[in-house]
Amino acid sequence: MKRTPPKSARDVAPIVYPAIMLVVFFVIPFGTMVTVSFFKRNQGAFYTPDFVLDNYARFLTTFFGGVLAFSLFLAIMVAIVCVAVGFPFTFFLVRLKRRAQIAWLLSLLSVLSLSEVIIGFAWSTLLSRTAGITNLFVALGLMDRPEAWLPGFGAVLTGMVYQALPYTILVLYPSLARLDWSLLEAARTMGASPLRAFFNVVVPVSRNTIVATLIMVFVFALGSYLLPQILGRPRQWTLSVLITDQAIYQSNMPFAAAMAVFLVLIALALVGLTTLIGRREAEA
Amino acid sequence: MSGRLLRFVWMLAVGIFLAAPLTVVAGVSVNEQQTLAFPPQGLSMAWYAAIFTDDEWRAALFASLILATLAAALAVSIALPLAWFLWRRQAKWARIFQLLGVAPFILPPVITALGFLSFWATLGVYGARWTAVISHGIFFTTLPLVTLSLGFSSIDRSLPEAAATMGASEGAVFRTVILPLIRPYIVSGYAFAFVLSLNEYIVAYMTVGFTMETLPIKIFNALRYGYTPTMASVSVLFVVIAAVVFGLVARFGDLPKLLGALTRE
Repeated sequence: MKRTPPKSARDVAPIVYPAIMLVVFFVIPFGTMVTVSFFKRNQGAFYTPDFVLDNYARFLTTFFGGVLAFSLFLAIMVAIVCVAVGFPFTFFLVRLKRRAQIAWLLSLLSVLSLSEVIIGFAWSTLLSRTAGITNLFVALGLMDRPEAWLPGFGAVLTGMVYQALPYTILVLYPSLARLDWSLLEAARTMGASPLRAFFNVVVPVSRNTIVATLIMVFVFALGSYLLPQILGRPRQWTLSVLITDQAIYQSNMPFAAAMAVFLVLIALALVGLTTLIGRREAEA
Repeated sequence: MSGRLLRFVWMLAVGIFLAAPLTVVAGVSVNEQQTLAFPPQGLSMAWYAAIFTDDEWRAALFASLILATLAAALAVSIALPLAWFLWRRQAKWARIFQLLGVAPFILPPVITALGFLSFWATLGVYGARWTAVISHGIFFTTLPLVTLSLGFSSIDRSLPEAAATMGASEGAVFRTVILPLIRPYIVSGYAFAFVLSLNEYIVAYMTVGFTMETLPIKIFNALRYGYTPTMASVSVLFVVIAAVVFGLVARFGDLPKLLGALTRE
């Protein structure tokens, strides 16, 4: 059955319902949010329709700048750690037998689907003083007494890497599964060690994949909302936390919306960049 | 040989990293007393029973299950005709809806959540339970859309062509040829949306956070006031649900293919 252009109203009919749903419940809410970001906030009350840029002007404060810089820094760190660990892992994964691959994919999907709340709770338990990993170190004689390893930057980073690593691996999986293995074999035949072949052949041919994955994981990590709250101090709160805080607890929807619009712009710019890289790869 | 050793060590390390927090949570969940201790002191299944006997936890569990069941159905109902249209028809403008279907998932979730919050508040229905179903349904449309697009792209176009030549109507072709072929992709799309909706926090929190407690919201609220072992047992239950659902998907479908490894046999 060839693809044909829709000719009659009947041909178009199937897409009407999904189109209406997506426009009414995604485009319009999104538009509402953008509109609200220009509204004026009333003390005590909600907000009134207006066109002010005050909400955006607040970005220029040092407090906001600090939160933004920290959010970006954290997301970059998460992306780098995840790709550094996940790329070799995926490289090994795609060469396993099918059954083993499926078992791994199952575990990765199960962890990926876990709620941030559960991940946060699980890590806060693992890093706690009473039930944490330090008890194991004490038992092994490596430490004198158990201690709590949270809240702090390390705990937030660990939790976020945990959340993003399965995502990283599943993003890398398709392109590494399609890797041309004859390149690697050729390098090995020519006498390169496995490590050399990996760094001199596999990594360079996957350069675009790696960059695209870094960006995707970065955007994914930008969205982390609960982990900084559960595992970190207020100092480690991210833009997502601040947006929710402003919207729900400070009832300052216009400012929350302005920050969200700003976050969208960052995310869109980066996703656009990924698409561009993808296109270049397709051409090459 | 050293390459094999490296592979073994690397994969083992990742495996331990992924399993460690869940192992501790599973251990904590069987403590006899209401303490956060690992290794567990005593062995008790009481905290698993508490999910069902405690009114609040049970209510949260059912709220989450109902939400996920309905939202995943809504997501599939949007994705199926859209994916079918994109596969069947040649229309550049339709691409925009494909993009819209994927967008909520690519953007940081707080954005979609805030969009819904301002939308429902403007309509004056903020906090109504059904708004969470629509919000999740839209938010998770991406998953069935991706699996179904993959499903359609794997259909041999000569099959429906043959049926049409034999005189089958468009509707009959869809029901008798296409639907059986893409059923596994509908099921897996539903499964992905269901499990993720069950675990989703921020969209649910921003839309119905003050009127309905889903399990993730309940866990977070409980976490603020300290520790109860029921959190641990609920977490284990969720891991089990995810593993079982994805296990079924793997059993009846092709998991590597679903995840994009198209060239491997």
